[in-house]
Amino acid sequence: MSDSHSDHSSASRLTRDDVLRVARLARLTLTESEIEAFTGQLAQVLDYVGILDEADTEGVEPLAGGSERTDVLREDLPSESLTRSQALSGAPRHDGSFFLVPPVLDTSAE
Amino acid sequence: MTACRETAAVLLEQLAGGQATSLELTESCLAEIAAHDESIGAFLHVAADAALVSAESIDRRRAAGEPLGRLAGLPVALKDVLVTSDQPTTCASRMLEGWNPPYDAHTVERLRQADAVLIGKTNMDEFAMGSTTENSAVGPTRTPWRLDCVAGGSSGGSAAAVAAGFAPLAVGSDTGGSIRQPASCCGVVGLKPTYGRVSRYGLVAYASSLDQVGPFARDVASAALLLEVLAGHDSRDGTCVELPVPGYSERLDEPLEGLRIGICPEHFARGLDGEVRETIERALDVYRGLGAVIREIELKHAKFAVACYYLVAPSEASSNLARYDGIHYGRRVDDYDGLVQMYSDSRGAAFGSEVKRRIMLGTYALSAGYYDAYYLKAQKVRRLIAEDYSRAFASVDVIASPVAPTPAVPLGQLTGDPLEMYLADIYTISANLAGIPGISIPAGFSSDGRPIGLQLLGNAFAEEQLLRAAAMHERETQWHQAIPDLDRDAPS
Repeated sequence: MSDSHSDHSSASRLTRDDVLRVARLARLTLTESEIEAFTGQLAQVLDYVGILDEADTEGVEPLAGGSERTDVLREDLPSESLTRSQALSGAPRHDGSFFLVPPVLDTSAE
Repeated sequence: MTACRETAAVLLEQLAGGQATSLELTESCLAEIAAHDESIGAFLHVAADAALVSAESIDRRRAAGEPLGRLAGLPVALKDVLVTSDQPTTCASRMLEGWNPPYDAHTVERLRQADAVLIGKTNMDEFAMGSTTENSAVGPTRTPWRLDCVAGGSSGGSAAAVAAGFAPLAVGSDTGGSIRQPASCCGVVGLKPTYGRVSRYGLVAYASSLDQVGPFARDVASAALLLEVLAGHDSRDGTCVELPVPGYSERLDEPLEGLRIGICPEHFARGLDGEVRETIERALDVYRGLGAVIREIELKHAKFAVACYYLVAPSEASSNLARYDGIHYGRRVDDYDGLVQMYSDSRGAAFGSEVKRRIMLGTYALSAGYYDAYYLKAQKVRRLIAEDYSRAFASVDVIASPVAPTPAVPLGQLTGDPLEMYLADIYTISANLAGIPGISIPAGFSSDGRPIGLQLLGNAFAEEQLLRAAAMHERETQWHQAIPDLDRDAPS
């Protein structure tokens, strides 16, 4: 997207609005004191990781995993899985058949 | 009672020879826990009744001459990040308080098949994020050697349990040093296997490309035994390899002829505590005395490891921890207005600060406009770090280094400064980035009585060599026989 130098050097200017945006993306409600603490702490960490700019990664393939095994296949056969009651056993709210959640679609504006 | 102060290897011989029963051993461990764990804080859950039932049944089967598993009758403690069908699993988080998983982790199945006695679940940094076990929602774990100092982390409870004689063996997980560093802080042996050596099925995920399950023990031979039980293929973890598991414990007595040990000058640079440096140098002298060659190696990208790790791990964490949505399991707040607020308020209320910090960091690094600059860049640097190790292992068998810049720190010293805590992971995290195995073995004490470990890193799937190299040091030094005095006064 944008070049790494401009992104990294902007980290120290991480704002309260940036923190609120990221918290929204991460689905995390933060307290006022967390917002304040994280703004400084995340900026500090992002400044520090700017050291990666010094690494010459021209032509280097990204390494995604601890091993490079790919395409591990198995027969497509049915096997045992959790029963419905086991799957529901940890749910904060369920009706014995389904997980219960609040309405996903907001219908109040109609 | 001091039965649990013996090594697992010795206790197994006693059990097999009829000098001890599993019930006696389990009762002795439970008595130690009851007497001392209030001041140490190693356990989140002690499965006393189930452990006694299991011990009695193994004793009966032994008396009847039935075939028994490799660890028959031996109490084993489990880090509370491994799911267990008969014990709660909380990851030391309010998010999973009271959760009873419907299945066993692969490694837990293996331990049951080996007839181990599962004695309880141990404390940890919440979701394995931290280096001191102070990020546990329940409270910190202290090193049994100094109750004013931390046990290290994130597997602090497992390390402390073995050090204190609460269990002769424990299982932990290591994403950036979380087995090796607490092993050092508690004066026990801790091994992080090669990525893919042990199945991660049922290991609650933190950073999936880095996480690995491994053993804690009082000596190298016992760690080798436990690794033999934990390791091996499991189709439920696609990254778990099909390579046969060597008999790690079989050839431990044979020294490695012409052992070549690499040291990296950067590992002995600025920021390393003087007593830790002297301890590592003394350990190297032990190896020299055994005929090993110490050779300087270059790990050109070592200085990027902490930065690389603290982009890769939080990014994976932000994705992995998205599963805590207040729907399928875990905590849901009572009052909310709509689905999104239910997610956000539940997660906001139930996660501790370090978990939130890492989710935030990872979400930022993966977000539109930043992915290339942070996550992708870190993955490229990760390859450079891995290649440094491949090059190094062309000319040396193992790499020796400190485990951490200092011995166990006093409680509270690192909690206010996240970056400072991250920087203390400098010697351990490269092994996770490169996927290679590492071991921490007891190598001495600071002048004020805090244990100091020696780290040895090996090439991928060279655990046997690593364990044999570790056993060479152990035979010469006997640091692993030191035992903390748990009856001294607790700190004020």
